[in-house]
Amino acid sequence: MSKSGKKNRGEERPDAGARTRLILYGIAAFFCLAGLTDATYLSVMAFTGETAACGGQTGCFEVLGSAYAKVAGIPVAAFGVLGYFTAFTFAIFAAFNYARARMLFALTVCVLFASTLWFLYVQAFLLHAFCRYCLFSAAISFLLMGLVVASPSPVNRNE
Amino acid sequence: MKRYLPFIIVAAVALITFGTGWMLFRAKRQPAPTAAAKESPSREMHVRGEADAPVTLEEFGDFECPPCSIMSGAIHQLEKEYGSKLRVIFRQFPLPTHAHAREAALASEAAHLQGRFWEMHDLLYKEQAVWSKAADVPALFDSYAGTIGLDLERFKKDMQSPEVNARVTADHDEGASRGVTSTPTLFINNTVVPPASLNPPGLHKTIEAALQEKTKS
Repeated sequence: MSKSGKKNRGEERPDAGARTRLILYGIAAFFCLAGLTDATYLSVMAFTGETAACGGQTGCFEVLGSAYAKVAGIPVAAFGVLGYFTAFTFAIFAAFNYARARMLFALTVCVLFASTLWFLYVQAFLLHAFCRYCLFSAAISFLLMGLVVASPSPVNRNE
Repeated sequence: MKRYLPFIIVAAVALITFGTGWMLFRAKRQPAPTAAAKESPSREMHVRGEADAPVTLEEFGDFECPPCSIMSGAIHQLEKEYGSKLRVIFRQFPLPTHAHAREAALASEAAHLQGRFWEMHDLLYKEQAVWSKAADVPALFDSYAGTIGLDLERFKKDMQSPEVNARVTADHDEGASRGVTSTPTLFINNTVVPPASLNPPGLHKTIEAALQEKTKS
């Protein structure tokens, strides 16, 4: 009777940690999707030779047309697609309680964040121009990094 | 089911990303231009469309002229509409009243030397409002060259080359010899399009008339 009662309570009130994790990594996955969309758009523009709709601003061309926009002939936006998709994958698996995914998600976000810092430096100090798509991606990276920092340490969790 | 849910979500996102990326790529991909049809051994024209198209629309344009930019969009639409029936030729006619028009013409000719004339042509018209008011126009043209994948060093060198300069001058002289004084000036099958018809319905009507004439003859 008592066992059954415990079980019922458990079903009605799911583990608060699990719910927090689900919300946290759900938000992270949403941010990753936003970054993925941005990076996909920029990659397609780079591969087709089309120009990103910059709304009459010159910054996009100066940044996306610069030597820093490609690495070994591959647009950096394509690496962004890979990065955001990887982060999204780990966020989803982390939300579904795959313990190792949390660490891999944090690692991926750190790489994305480091790249963001480099590209912000390039735009501010080397090109003296800003591309709004790149700034959007930077904002996403900062938000993801914020989530990684804010997320409780895996060792404190009751897995 | 819950066990497989993350795999399903990730696979779905991968498919959607790849699918939309591919669709966008196909939509944005530039039509293969026939960039350099031979007019004479020494002169090449910028041609888009089939060589045996029954209608040829020849434009004398200035990249800094706002009506030319609008006309560029209208011509694109006509190309889509008429397909293989319409061939478009672009000729340089930079007006001296426009501060950066000749520079833009040189940029497009320098792009032509790397096989990307039409990409630069479309970009210059699309971004006309930006570069025509910019403080550092050459830097902007360099960034355009980078955007369309040109070899930047070669582009910069070609911009200064006598060959590129001669191409622009030759087109301008050709226009002047045919009575061109303003831009855009259009010829359809070698007949000048009157200014009153320089709008989508007018061009449509003129092209239809040219097609009918071809069918008769």
